[in-house]
Amino acid sequence: MTRPPIIELRDVQKYYGEYHALRGITCDIRQGEFFSLLGPSGCGKTTLLRTIAGFEDVSSGTVVIDGKNMQGVPANQRPTNMVFQSYAIFPHLSVEQNVGFGLRRAGLDKGEMARRVGEALEMVGLAGYGKRAAHALSGGQRQRVALARALILKPKVLLLDEPLSALDKKLRENMQVELIKLQRQVGITFILVTHDQEEALVMSDRIAVMSEGGIAQMDDPETLYRRPNSRWVADFIGVMNFLPAKVVSEAGDTVEVEIAGLGRAELTANQAMASAGGHEVSVGLRPETLTIQFNGNQSGERIAEGVIEEVVYYGDMTYYDVRLDGAAVPVRISMRNLVGRPVLEIGTRARVAWSAGALVLFR
Amino acid sequence: MKGGGLRIYAVLYLVFLYAPIVLLPIFAFNDSTIIAFPLSGFTTKWFGELADIPALHGAVLNSLMIAITTSLLATTLGICASRASARYAFPGKKPIMGFIMLPLVLPEIIVAVALLVVLLALGLPLGAWTVILGHVLICTPFSIAILTSAFANMDRSLEEAAVDLGETPWSTFRLITLPLVMPGIISSLLISFTISLDEFIIAFFLTGTEPTLPVYLWSQLRFPQKIPAVMALGTILVALSVLLLTIAEYYRRRGVARAGGKDTGGFL
Repeated sequence: MTRPPIIELRDVQKYYGEYHALRGITCDIRQGEFFSLLGPSGCGKTTLLRTIAGFEDVSSGTVVIDGKNMQGVPANQRPTNMVFQSYAIFPHLSVEQNVGFGLRRAGLDKGEMARRVGEALEMVGLAGYGKRAAHALSGGQRQRVALARALILKPKVLLLDEPLSALDKKLRENMQVELIKLQRQVGITFILVTHDQEEALVMSDRIAVMSEGGIAQMDDPETLYRRPNSRWVADFIGVMNFLPAKVVSEAGDTVEVEIAGLGRAELTANQAMASAGGHEVSVGLRPETLTIQFNGNQSGERIAEGVIEEVVYYGDMTYYDVRLDGAAVPVRISMRNLVGRPVLEIGTRARVAWSAGALVLFR
Repeated sequence: MKGGGLRIYAVLYLVFLYAPIVLLPIFAFNDSTIIAFPLSGFTTKWFGELADIPALHGAVLNSLMIAITTSLLATTLGICASRASARYAFPGKKPIMGFIMLPLVLPEIIVAVALLVVLLALGLPLGAWTVILGHVLICTPFSIAILTSAFANMDRSLEEAAVDLGETPWSTFRLITLPLVMPGIISSLLISFTISLDEFIIAFFLTGTEPTLPVYLWSQLRFPQKIPAVMALGTILVALSVLLLTIAEYYRRRGVARAGGKDTGGFL
């Protein structure tokens, strides 16, 4: 079910003097999807968002929104609205004046205006807050006002610039869920800028991971997590163990590798992400794809042995750093703390189950 | 006592700074033409006397007109300059701002003499407008200093949000920027007004046939019998200045608080 694109970016370049902030961004963002721009600070994600909003000009390339080329179209004439990182709530106006600000130019009569402001406030769970002064709101409430203010104009695309970064952890997690629900309810395309990979994985239909002004990988969260296309992406998204390996043979769409600490494994082509040559490679494994065996062998999995070097207890989970026999660096393994399962001690020998299907090969 | 020496120094410093000003109201209410202790009795007749001097009234009106015009012009220029300096980077910004702010530290006598020489060389007649010219020159830096903190304290995304919601740059300035920096603007108007009203040297050099209030005051000091009335006038001026500056600072602080910034600038 591929929906038509609402935003088409073609080779978008942006220079600030000598600094190359966007290096040829090409991507389509589909109608009604929750799309995230994820990357470390300085990767160009906010610049790209501001380029779509119309606050920055492109140096070259085209931005097409809803079929129209946005070259020379100022921010106030674009079918996009933005939720700013600081929320940018007008401090001298009340909540309802803030929310209704964008309707000033629509020429609505008072009753219609009040009705739509009320609707918007209800949508974000702030019904009855209309008369409050903007500066009397808490962080979470300010963010809801910013959302209502941006959504009241029914934009084609809602742009969110790190909207949750100022909230504390609990509130942030609640707002993530609320934003997803809100997006499904209104059906508007959301583009979220974030540096928080967990937030991007939780909320997005698709994620573009950005690095140094370019898109490193663009995929749905699961593909991004399970099949990162480079060591850099693998390292940025979640935790990934890397073990050095050697290519033994390549035949058709299978690659046989000798992995330090794990032994030989046969991988399929879709596990071998980058294609350039060289026989010194590394394989990546997520901590949850490894299991420490507590009682006896289980079928269908392969076993490696090693020594537990570090134990980090998280309540629901325990992380073990295990140095496999024959490996130079330990691998991190995450285990759920199930009933009756003890937390192992440092120095214990452990049997580690793994399967070749969970490996990713990086060349 | 900890820090005793410094405390005594601070007290002496304040006495030295303000004792002469305190003398002004004391002798303004003293029932004698001789400015000396002991005081001879309480009177308000010197204030009453002020009402009977037509030349004084002319000077007051002249000063008010000059001060109001100056504060409006200086603040308008200040709004443009401080908005430009707070929002945009442009080539030569630092030297340009430096030259605009220079009159803040330039001796006024030099500004006054230089302006006088230029105006005479151009063959232009002296009058209220030449005083206004000189006062705008020295008030604009104060206005910029106040307004730059007002503009810089304003979150830039507020303006972007208004544009994003469909407003043009100009309506954004009117609906968002102006209301948020208004306390700074009021503060700038009041401070410029006060500076212009009190200013002597430039007014003395550039005034035509109609003196400003400080120039008139100075001319009256030659007549000993008029000194108590001058004291009374001085008292009124000091009270007015303190009042205006207090209001100005109140508005400036309120503006900083409203824009949600930290208080970094200001003169009081």
